[in-house]
Amino acid sequence: MTQLPETPVAPTRTVDAVTVTGVDKTFDTRSGQVDALTGIDLTVSAGEFISLIGPSGCGKSTLMRLIADLDQPTAGTVTVFGKSAKQARLDQDYGIAFQQAGLLPWRTVAANVGLPLELHGASGRDRTARVGELLDMVGLSDFADRYPDQLSGGMQQRVAIARALAEKPDLLLMDEPFGALDEMTRERMQTELLRICAETGAAVVFVTHSIPEAVYLSDRVVVMSPRPGRIQEIVPMGLNRDPAHAEALREERAFFDGVTAVREALHTGSPVPTGARGVENR
Amino acid sequence: MTAETLAPAIRRRRGAPARELARWAYGVLGILVLAAAWELYKLLGPSDGVVIGDARILPRTTDLAMPHTWDMIARLFDPVTRSATANPLWLEVALAALVTLGIAAVGWLVGIVVGFALALIMQRWRLAEWGLLPWIILSQTVPLIAFAPVVRSWGSRIEIGAFEWQDWMSVAVIASYLAFFPIAVGALKGLQSPDTIHTELMRTYGVGWWKTLVKLRIPASIPYLLPALRLGAANAVIGAVVAEVSTGMQGGIGRILIQYAGQASGDPSKAWGPIFGSIVLGLAAAGSVAILGAILRNYRRVEINA
Amino acid sequence: MALTLSGRSAPSAKRDTTLRIVAPVAVGVLVLGVWQFLVSVVGVSDYLLPSPAAIVEQFVEFFPSMVSATMITGLNALLGLVIGSILGILLAALAAGWRPIDQMSAPIVASLAVIPIVALAPVLNSMFGADSQFGRQAIAGLASFVPVFINTLRGFRQTLPVHRDLMKVYAASSGQIVRTVTLPTAVPFVFTGIRIASSLAVISALVAEYFGGPRGGLGGLISTSAASSAYPRAWAYVLASIALGLIFFLATLALERLATRGRQRT
Repeated sequence: MTQLPETPVAPTRTVDAVTVTGVDKTFDTRSGQVDALTGIDLTVSAGEFISLIGPSGCGKSTLMRLIADLDQPTAGTVTVFGKSAKQARLDQDYGIAFQQAGLLPWRTVAANVGLPLELHGASGRDRTARVGELLDMVGLSDFADRYPDQLSGGMQQRVAIARALAEKPDLLLMDEPFGALDEMTRERMQTELLRICAETGAAVVFVTHSIPEAVYLSDRVVVMSPRPGRIQEIVPMGLNRDPAHAEALREERAFFDGVTAVREALHTGSPVPTGARGVENR
Repeated sequence: MTAETLAPAIRRRRGAPARELARWAYGVLGILVLAAAWELYKLLGPSDGVVIGDARILPRTTDLAMPHTWDMIARLFDPVTRSATANPLWLEVALAALVTLGIAAVGWLVGIVVGFALALIMQRWRLAEWGLLPWIILSQTVPLIAFAPVVRSWGSRIEIGAFEWQDWMSVAVIASYLAFFPIAVGALKGLQSPDTIHTELMRTYGVGWWKTLVKLRIPASIPYLLPALRLGAANAVIGAVVAEVSTGMQGGIGRILIQYAGQASGDPSKAWGPIFGSIVLGLAAAGSVAILGAILRNYRRVEINA
Repeated sequence: MALTLSGRSAPSAKRDTTLRIVAPVAVGVLVLGVWQFLVSVVGVSDYLLPSPAAIVEQFVEFFPSMVSATMITGLNALLGLVIGSILGILLAALAAGWRPIDQMSAPIVASLAVIPIVALAPVLNSMFGADSQFGRQAIAGLASFVPVFINTLRGFRQTLPVHRDLMKVYAASSGQIVRTVTLPTAVPFVFTGIRIASSLAVISALVAEYFGGPRGGLGGLISTSAASSAYPRAWAYVLASIALGLIFFLATLALERLATRGRQRT
């Protein structure tokens, strides 16, 4: 990967953000091997917003962790902007946000957002400026000196998103970042996320188990099915992505059509739920 | 619990001088109740105590065995001996307590360095943890301090070049020995305390063990380390006092504990001076850790997930 | 998903279990080996560190004296532990039920936890007579009292709000609440306190012997042996006191396990 030709003219944007080819992932557990993922092929273009959706156990978080190089695939390859996942991690090509905010409780909001910059040796002045920008972007400028335990859950999650954006990554990985929030906060955060993505032009891989959330946010929704985890169907959305239009979108026909399409894809994927559970219990 | 409901609770807990005052008042009241019980028993109890069979289960109430509480206090302000140049008792006790506190502090610091180093090694290599931790935990449950008298023999026998082993070093060794165990265990627990989410975050930043240690593990260990440091400080004081007694070191509070108790037949209140001294000593050691905790209070915040 | 699955494979899990047992044993053998090597090959003098073999030899030679000394110190520790635990539980129950007791005792107990209680040994000896073991028992009792009191009080405060609400819904009397909810919740904490206290009781009973009073216990014999330069014998008594500490620890650990059997500690 270090052999990559010098192409200063072509920005990373022309390369696909993520390419997953023929990926399998098996875990060895005490009760034997578990196939978490089999035969995954997926390409995420630069600037594209895709969601991974499916019932628990379908491996959607595992897939995201492979892209983040938090786990390694058993077979197949994962490339991020044309490099190996590991190299992309070391080069800080992506930002990540988890279901929990994961803020360091002893650091102020500003110090939490500045953490990746600090770790990678940014100067104090650059850091202050960038942290100011980011807090503006997520609307938390007044809270820079607060500590995480003084913030609500939604605010903590916004800090985590600001932190993920700190180094202007071209790829954002998000693992159910709004999963623990109440519905109202959640909708507001979704709108804000869309605005931020439009501003930064980053590609997003977004793990969720909420159909409306996936439809509302994504250019394409990747529907996955469990045992073994695989891609059931990729549903393109093609909704109006004008940020000014974002709130109205929730009540539009096209939005509900998208929800229906994803729901149908999900239901054809999994066997009748009671049957599957019955087999397992016996 | 959400942050909104919790934040005011924290504020309330910090800013409540009236409640703080009440706590102190109750504490003083508790001590007064103890003193009153002492005097009441002294007044009503039989002078030879309560003896059942061969065992005396309640003490003698003579002035020799149980001096009045006010005599104990008053004795503090009288000179140590009848000689005209003698210091008042409290000063003598305070000076001895300072000597002991100094030795205990040296032992405590050595205990911190060794304990923390061991904790780092155990955190870094799982095999080291498996090999050492059972022994460390086991040694906390057995009376290792029993070997204190044996250390006495080290004094003036070890010489390395110009360096000669001093008596106080034996005392410091025992103090550090007792301080080290809780610190090693507490530090290890603290270094291992970060959640997976935090260690994975560090991994996504592509930083190695060292930076993770400095930015994540050490700050995260502080809430675990502080109680360990307090326990270590208390242990260092106990170790120093016991070691002074069993090694016969001069100058510290352990020595005058024994010495004044030997004079108790003529001057029973005097023996209480060094006891009050050791109480203050223990409180001072624990109190300095509490001050450390106040300085580091931002590291004791916990993350709250809504 | 990934959180529930271990990334390690089954055979390596088995290897880990083996290593967990082998590693501490190896460390123990290594330390003993280095110790013996230092003494017999490097020639460390026995006042610094007698050889393990010499210590064991003395242990066997003076076995009857080891046993009697262990019995004396052990009895002091046991009496102290029992009395201290009973007082600790009673006072904690009072403090849990009546707030002023709690507020008055809290600072005193907190102080007791950090002060060298053995400092009381000399005066206790003069209060109860120099030939009495009571001073040591009282020291062991005071030392045991602290963790038992603190843990018991914590246990009484662990009652889950949902359980309290449930009992309120059932209109249970306060006696019923104590019997069905408060006590069962507190019991594991009480036994944890006793386990911690057991080590402190042995240590205190032994150390109190350094502060004067009748001889014959482990602490006294360690002192006299060391004073008469019989270092291997002093270490043999140290070995006996370690054994005594272990007996107390294991016995109270077994008690704790028994009391918390079938419960999940959270």
